[in-house]
Amino acid sequence: MTDLSHAFAAAADTPLLQVKNLTKRYGARMGCADISFDVYQGEVLGIVGESGSGKSTLLSCLAGHMRPDQGEVFFQTAQGARDTVQMGEAERRRLARTDWAYVHQNPRDGLRMGVSAGGNVGERLMAIGARHYGDIRASAIDWLGRVEIDAGRIDERPSAFSGGMQQRLQIARNLVTAPRLVFMDEPTGGLDVSVQARLLDLLRGLVREMGLSAIIVTHDLAVVRLLADRLMVMKDGHVVERGLTDQVLDDPQHEYTQLLVSSVLQV
Amino acid sequence: MTDQAYNFAYLDEDTKRMIRRAILKGVAIPGYQVPFASREMPMPYGWGTGGVQVTAACLTPDDVLKVIDQGADDTTNAVSIRKFFVATAGIAVTEATDKATIIQTRHRIPEAALTAGQIMVYQVPIPEPLRFLEPREVETRKMHELEEYGLMHVKLYEDIAKHGQIATSYAYPVRVEGRYVMDPSPIPKFDNPKLSGNAALQLFGAGREQRIYAIPPFTHVVSLDFDDHPFSPSKANHSCDLCASDTSYLDEVITDDQGGRMFVCSDTDYCATRRAAGHIGALGGQTITEKAAE
Repeated sequence: MTDLSHAFAAAADTPLLQVKNLTKRYGARMGCADISFDVYQGEVLGIVGESGSGKSTLLSCLAGHMRPDQGEVFFQTAQGARDTVQMGEAERRRLARTDWAYVHQNPRDGLRMGVSAGGNVGERLMAIGARHYGDIRASAIDWLGRVEIDAGRIDERPSAFSGGMQQRLQIARNLVTAPRLVFMDEPTGGLDVSVQARLLDLLRGLVREMGLSAIIVTHDLAVVRLLADRLMVMKDGHVVERGLTDQVLDDPQHEYTQLLVSSVLQV
Repeated sequence: MTDQAYNFAYLDEDTKRMIRRAILKGVAIPGYQVPFASREMPMPYGWGTGGVQVTAACLTPDDVLKVIDQGADDTTNAVSIRKFFVATAGIAVTEATDKATIIQTRHRIPEAALTAGQIMVYQVPIPEPLRFLEPREVETRKMHELEEYGLMHVKLYEDIAKHGQIATSYAYPVRVEGRYVMDPSPIPKFDNPKLSGNAALQLFGAGREQRIYAIPPFTHVVSLDFDDHPFSPSKANHSCDLCASDTSYLDEVITDDQGGRMFVCSDTDYCATRRAAGHIGALGGQTITEKAAE
């Protein structure tokens, strides 16, 4: 098992997110066990593994949706590194709508289906105090353009959108406040391959352009191949292998990773 | 049967005590929705069961009660509730705003300024202003707790996006003392400015939803808006056809099937008082039947 976080530590001064010994149990069952890693500014970390390997549990714990049983999650705020597990709920939720973003697998979980596309994008702005309708609408139009949604559909509800458009709208809604860390849970799940390709292309552009850090949980190796700088492979709640994406995918060391890589269908 | 079939004001004393505790808590935390154990009342939900319980808990034998429904003293809801309290509490009733000590209302605040010592009781159908945007009660409570009120502006944003202006014309959300966002019950937004700095104690009762909240006298209440779409209280651009008032909130009344209509004060007591003082509107000199005969 190779740990490259030290190599990165030399490059950038402090990690944006520092996870130490994170553990979550569901009663006797293990959700994720003793997980530690760092994420640096501008870096995309992929987490892969089969269903039930604990990757979604890990993401939920990181994003504050779930409380881990043990461990620390330090996030670099303007006031220095703060343990998001220990901080109060008000502060954590403030982080969640400013510095963090969470892209759900199913856009219906991340969007307000009864509110227009513009309202969906504007919600985070209004949540942090924007009170000028014209400005809010202008940024909504700008962001719809950036995720390739026709500005003419700004007043339509997401239910009138296709699955791919809904997912792009969810991304726009999350990125409008220029977060520093984006959590993505299977962002391409449930989309057909051509829509997936477009979404990945878009995501890659946005991540590079905005210098975002991102943690992407997926079972789709093609997604991490395209997006992730580094990769963690999880099985039964443990990290079994980690390293640079290309290195892990092209030269898998752990038997499970080898199985995972060889399971991908070749067309 | 005893000589008195009901306790004073229908509810038993323990229930009234429970409601008074909720009211006191509501007064202590302006705009906060206090849960209370709402009772079955001898009227259907939606007819003012919350308001009736608050009124019952506030009534003393010396009180003078006024009940208004959409501003009027003589509509079904107002008449029934007034009769209910005459029957169960034997208190005096009035239609004059300045003579009343307790005013139970549905959908209006009287035009005449309220005075210190008066209690306004509002009937509230849905107390949660965030309800239609966030259906989860657990989540809306958390949003109130953490002052996460961005969503309220999403509703106003949707209004402007759809209609070009803030089209919400009643139950217009307000922020109380810079803290809780509150639904002022379905009063027209024309009445919203009267919520702020009012000398009277304002109590809100939602029977079905089991919530009581309050605005103590002289509390600062602000209607939510955008910088470039400021709040504006609106009314029909007309004067009252009966009393010629330019400033009161008007109802539009269809008088025939030929497109005939008249605008009259929704506050019947205000209108009658002005007419008694000699103010006569455009149609104020004749009755509707006389007009139809022309």
